[in-house]
Amino acid sequence: MALSKRIIPCLDIAHGRVVKGVQFIDLIDAGDPVEAAIRYDQQGADELTFLDIRASHEDRDTLYGMVREVAAHVFMPLTVGGGVKSLDDVARLLHAGADKVSINSAALQRPALVEEAALRFGSSTIVVAVDAKRVDDHWECFTHGGRKSTGINAVAWARQMSDAGAGEILLTSMDADGTRNGYDIPLTRAVVDAVSANVVASGGVGSLAHLVEGLTAGGADAVLAASIFHFGEHTIAEAKQALASHAIPVRR
Amino acid sequence: MIALIDYGMGNIHSVTKALEHVGGRVKRVRQATDLVGCTRIVFPGVGAFRDCMATLRERALDGALHQAVAAGTPLLGICLGMQALLTRSYEFGCFDGLDLIAGEVVPFPPDLPAAGHKIPHMGWNDVVIADPLHPVLSAIDHRQLYFVHSYYCQPQHLAHTLAESEHGGVRFAAAIGRDNLLGVQFHPEKSQQAGLDLLHAFLRWNP
Repeated sequence: MALSKRIIPCLDIAHGRVVKGVQFIDLIDAGDPVEAAIRYDQQGADELTFLDIRASHEDRDTLYGMVREVAAHVFMPLTVGGGVKSLDDVARLLHAGADKVSINSAALQRPALVEEAALRFGSSTIVVAVDAKRVDDHWECFTHGGRKSTGINAVAWARQMSDAGAGEILLTSMDADGTRNGYDIPLTRAVVDAVSANVVASGGVGSLAHLVEGLTAGGADAVLAASIFHFGEHTIAEAKQALASHAIPVRR
Repeated sequence: MIALIDYGMGNIHSVTKALEHVGGRVKRVRQATDLVGCTRIVFPGVGAFRDCMATLRERALDGALHQAVAAGTPLLGICLGMQALLTRSYEFGCFDGLDLIAGEVVPFPPDLPAAGHKIPHMGWNDVVIADPLHPVLSAIDHRQLYFVHSYYCQPQHLAHTLAESEHGGVRFAAAIGRDNLLGVQFHPEKSQQAGLDLLHAFLRWNP
């Protein structure tokens, strides 16, 4: 018996539609979220992550409606993030059918939010998204799609959020994101070693070998990828085959 | 009609949709009187043990559940809904449960015997059932199901552990039960086909 490593397709959402862009610009429409979720469900994805990259306040009801629709059609774990600012936002997403809610810049603005959310909804429902970028010999948390540094050490921050009760850290390398050159392995390993929470590696996947690397050299509990799955380059089944051939436990 | 216990915390929407998907008709039960006429009970769970029990008592659902179980109504507890069936839990203190099955809810040790494992136990894990002919659990024998929890059930009597899983070197009860009672630690409503198969079998269970 062994806990499987998870493969998580990530769907970027804008105005209730799936979109795909490189480093948060040049967005292309990539389809209907419910259809995409059903496709990944049939392929055997272990979980789905939806990130509302516009996260505008007027669009909030569109997002809740989308989550409700997805949760009515697929019976698998759903993480939803983007623009989550308050306990009320978390509650609404959980009620709409999300299993985990990802908090990003609101945690940087007010770290106590994560502790309050974990106490009220349980650690297993709270994910903190960390967008990290290398600065000299370390990594810092960045906001605004990687354009603005906060000056906060990303590894220390991940540790602080894990200690505050986040059950999972969604770790994105802003250097690697969109490059298709693979995850930032030193960053992933540094965070995995620093936190007790689960770590999801994100940013930079261009091949199935990168998924393997994130789980072995990186030591992540789960790997997240977008484009290699969205445009039909690889199926989830192929990804699982690649992992299994490296003796990584996967769900079949 | 399936009574779905709604104590204001859990992800009721997903459980409702999953039960409907396998042909169930669901009624959300918020207070004791709503249980009348229901032939099965599903008791889902996300959140804290203490808050869950406090809400059940406030709405007189604790006594109503005892009565329904004594009358033979099949009950399925999911995650926290499974843990609440036991005598007590040590989650953030020590709190009394429904005591429908003797036993305690305990945390995974912070230093798991096997290295490299995280708490919460989060993800897909294998489940091995004690009785391969169990009318509900046989649907999931040796399949993987989705778990998210930091505490697990320790029934007092061995015979009440109906299935096991393992995390970080700790073997724990993945399912418990007796007579018309069944509790599962994993989330069938989040376990794709394996979970739907279990819910389907529960709807046809005549203990």
